[in-house]
Amino acid sequence: MTKRDALFPSRVLVLGATSSIAIATMRRLAGNTHFMLVARNPNRLTAVAQDLLTRGALAAETWVMDLDNTSAHKEMLAAAAERLGRIDLALIAHGVLGDQQAAEADFEIAAAILHTNFTSTVSLLTWLGNYFQAQRGGTLAVISSVAGDRGRKSNYVYGASKGALTIFLDGLRNRIDRDGVQVLTIKPGFVATPMTAHVPQNALFASPDQVAQGILRAIERRRDVVYVPWFWAGIMLLVRAIPGFRFKKMNM
Amino acid sequence: MSPRQARPQFESWGRYPRLSAEVLPLFWREDFPVAHASGAKMLPVGMGRSYGDVCLLQNGTLLRTPNLDRLISFDSETGLLRCEAGVTLAEILNFAVPRGWFLPVSPGTKYVTVGGAIANDIHGKNHHLAGTFGRHTPCFELVRSDGTQLVCSATQNPQWFAATIGGMGLTGLISWAEVQMRPIVSRRIRYRSTRFVGLEEFTALSQASRHVEYSVAWIDCVAQGRNFARGIFIQGEHDNNPGPLAPSPKPMLALPFDLPAFALNRSSVGLFNTLYYNKQMGKQRTGLVDYEPFFYPLDRILQWNRLYGKEGLLQFQCVLPWESDPMGMIQVLKTITASGLASFLAVIKVFGDVASPGMMSFPMPGITLALDFPIRREVSFDLLDRLAGITADFGGRMYPAKDACMSAPHFQQFYPQWQDFSAFIDPAFSSSFWQRVTGLD
Repeated sequence: MTKRDALFPSRVLVLGATSSIAIATMRRLAGNTHFMLVARNPNRLTAVAQDLLTRGALAAETWVMDLDNTSAHKEMLAAAAERLGRIDLALIAHGVLGDQQAAEADFEIAAAILHTNFTSTVSLLTWLGNYFQAQRGGTLAVISSVAGDRGRKSNYVYGASKGALTIFLDGLRNRIDRDGVQVLTIKPGFVATPMTAHVPQNALFASPDQVAQGILRAIERRRDVVYVPWFWAGIMLLVRAIPGFRFKKMNM
Repeated sequence: MSPRQARPQFESWGRYPRLSAEVLPLFWREDFPVAHASGAKMLPVGMGRSYGDVCLLQNGTLLRTPNLDRLISFDSETGLLRCEAGVTLAEILNFAVPRGWFLPVSPGTKYVTVGGAIANDIHGKNHHLAGTFGRHTPCFELVRSDGTQLVCSATQNPQWFAATIGGMGLTGLISWAEVQMRPIVSRRIRYRSTRFVGLEEFTALSQASRHVEYSVAWIDCVAQGRNFARGIFIQGEHDNNPGPLAPSPKPMLALPFDLPAFALNRSSVGLFNTLYYNKQMGKQRTGLVDYEPFFYPLDRILQWNRLYGKEGLLQFQCVLPWESDPMGMIQVLKTITASGLASFLAVIKVFGDVASPGMMSFPMPGITLALDFPIRREVSFDLLDRLAGITADFGGRMYPAKDACMSAPHFQQFYPQWQDFSAFIDPAFSSSFWQRVTGLD
């Protein structure tokens, strides 16, 4: 076992466990890890659990639920805490890109995107934040997005949901970092996943495994915010620097 | 949200022919069968490492499988691996080598999927002892476009098992498969390489090493006269002494651009061949080498096919039965050297008599020759047609996975069972290769 393996979390809760980024991250952790996997689709969840077990996971427990259903969060989270004994890492990876144009026309569609990406995540983070605070340690790693750094006409509903999440995580970190809890905001750029399969791929697209590598490095180094791949930090610095009177005229 | 992509150009490894198709990536086994409004035909495709049009379908839908990349189970006692069909041999090696297991059959590249390896019933340097890849896949699942799931093995749905191994992806989607791995104690291969001149010496070396697990030869298809059919015969075995089993590092070199089409010509290839042949100073060399350069020398340069420029390349692989030897192969080699079109990537090997389970499998006992040619309009296609003619005259056959231009009569002569096979083709599936060599949809 390498030094790195020894340092790494061994009891891991993954919410949205069938997301490509979550799968890639879990594969890199698979050896000597006890997983609890939560996702909506039972067939897919079983496929992911079998993959991790074959790759050397100690255990891969599954819990089928739609994370939009916030009233069922407490039961699931309490069960996770009980089955794992302690939680070293909770990775929140569920989310939807949504249909921007449909959301412009219909508030219900916008509200559904906000609910999945933001409200339901806040519900999870409320319970987990308190749990980790009481545990006095652990890592809360949450997938936000570069899209949350600035609103653009092509996906501002998604962007708003992720931007709100980023701000929530800033505050939560400010509250529980002093209790030894790492709150990591993960901001992926373009990643080749089912979420983006309909978009023509370009050189900026990263593989889920590249993103997973960046996430694990950030956990290891106890970072607060990580752009994955790293070059998105520079891109977003430039995007945020564009003055508003120019930005509003641009097509992005 | 539709997972459809807007008609990208999907190319096979030879980058010829160029056919447009819709690409539909599959992410989960349950994504197939897909609701298919357009009614266009479909074809599963993995890494697209076959050379011609066997993995292409003009105006159809290519079901891309590399995201079906999950392992399902592994028995560390027996080495039986079950995985989804989009898992690549590279991924299997990364998983299995540290656990002391190796692929039962290795082709010349590890960047192929398990599904593709079955569909083309690929072979490797151990064909003379181990037969084809399909001999080491005891069981797999075939999903038809009507949703029928057929678990196939030698005893369960045996006719579907036989039709799907070497079935060029036409019988349905292979969703998962079992691969019987073989144990190793080290990454290292104990090898011996021997220079030879002429086919007689090549066959003598093959005969003498018939009990050695791996053997293959590089052959110079440019040199004429007293250097005709010179080459280097390479044999090897997994080292028996416990050694390193760490996973492979990622390849760093990629050919970043297309070379101009004139870069590969008779002089440059002839020079390369002379240098390569003479790099080995003595008659014979032995040593220990890592399995990566032994099995996958070209994988170190990602996208080496760009050597041939934008035009792409044509591959040719034939097998000629023993009975015709050596006249047939000499005629093939003479035709190639006379053309001056050959590249430096030419490989010759003796196939053994281990029968393939596949109905349409390419290998048969005899000598196989594989090499690629640059595409020079008129000349290259004419040459390949003459080579196909010689192959037919001597009772051999050509390899669909490496073909972009064999004629329908030649194909039907090489594979007289093609009509029996066509009964197993999924009604919603086709390929441009199949349409070309049968004239059917």
